[in-house]
Amino acid sequence: MSANPAHVEYVTRLGDNALVLGQRLAEWCGHGPALEEDLALTNVSLDLIGQARLLLTHAGRLEGAGRDEDALAYFRDEPQFRNWTLVELPNGVAKHDDYAVTITRNFLFAAIQVPLWEALAGSADTELAQIAAKSVKEARSHLRHAGEWLVRFGDGTPESHRRAQAALDRLWPYTNELWAADEVERAAAQAGIGVVVADLKPAWDATVDAALAQATLSRPADSAFVSTGKQGVHSEHLGYLLAEMQTLARQHPGARW
Amino acid sequence: MTTASLLERARAAAAAVPDPEIPAITLEDLGILREVRAEGGRVVVMLTPTYTGCPATQVIQQDVRDALAAAGIAQPDVRITLSPPWTTDWITDEGRRKLREYGIAPPAHAASGPAAAVVRFVPGAAGARPRCPRCGSGDTERISEYGSTPCKALYRCVACREPFDYFKPY
Repeated sequence: MSANPAHVEYVTRLGDNALVLGQRLAEWCGHGPALEEDLALTNVSLDLIGQARLLLTHAGRLEGAGRDEDALAYFRDEPQFRNWTLVELPNGVAKHDDYAVTITRNFLFAAIQVPLWEALAGSADTELAQIAAKSVKEARSHLRHAGEWLVRFGDGTPESHRRAQAALDRLWPYTNELWAADEVERAAAQAGIGVVVADLKPAWDATVDAALAQATLSRPADSAFVSTGKQGVHSEHLGYLLAEMQTLARQHPGARW
Repeated sequence: MTTASLLERARAAAAAVPDPEIPAITLEDLGILREVRAEGGRVVVMLTPTYTGCPATQVIQQDVRDALAAAGIAQPDVRITLSPPWTTDWITDEGRRKLREYGIAPPAHAASGPAAAVVRFVPGAAGARPRCPRCGSGDTERISEYGSTPCKALYRCVACREPFDYFKPY
């Protein structure tokens, strides 16, 4: 099967978002602030990597060039990755992991994934529709987990509130990319494969505003900055993440164990 | 052998395969064995994953191939289907009983639909609480939303003080 390039690209973006955030969250494995949270984040990571496997396998088949999930995950270079910049940002600030940043990012991400998967469950691409129907259940549980912590942090101690608000202020500009539809998204939506992202905005706003109100956090002002990860122009952080994720596969291509 | 009896044998063999993570229950109990049918002279077994990233999925596929081979069915085609998505509602009554006996509380209510996407944090109010699989008390509390596998949460019984795994409604 060889689908049109926008279709392949659209599915690749979905797969890369899941893969890159899954890899980021896996960095917490063995380093979680509490054992329960270590388990939680590695389980969320596992869900995302499971989704990425299905999506990249599908993207590879659509492309029709013989690339499987491993070829796409391990043997593409940074500019070929199509994830939102939001998901590649570090788990904290500079080299200091910060759970408030991790949780806030998970929250902002899950808040769009839920309505996105709900909408894609009706995609004209039936394989994508099946992956979406499966993934939405997982996204709901991720949203619940992150939402509970966001409220605890925001409505917690002065220090946890300060850090949650700082995390929100820091991540907020990167959410602009989620709503900045480009040619790929327009073509996919036109074909009934993808969604018009603007249609998801009211649901995202409602989820975010409700949680922020409970968390006593302020919604940051909107800005004009738009990141460009989904077009392959990334922040300085993705390369390091890929280096760690890809090194083993590249040193031992085709290895099985 | 007729196709019907061959399929019956294949189905019985696949149904009896224990879940690798929770060997007390079978694939049939768990509700992930979707269909066994004949296709062009081959036996096709359709399985569905619990979670997309469940590492047990590939092990289960291989276990089913082995079980069918042991039952004398050559070259079975063991496939994964995502649709309709699995929910804990597919766990059979027999599966629930076995889980309880094994020390894992089965899901306390039906899997939640779209409307249950809550972000409110209310201690102790996360849906119906499971009964302690050891003493049967309903006075239990959640320790951790995630446990030893993606499908389980960790609870503790306030009455008998024992911690236990809870198969989350999902």
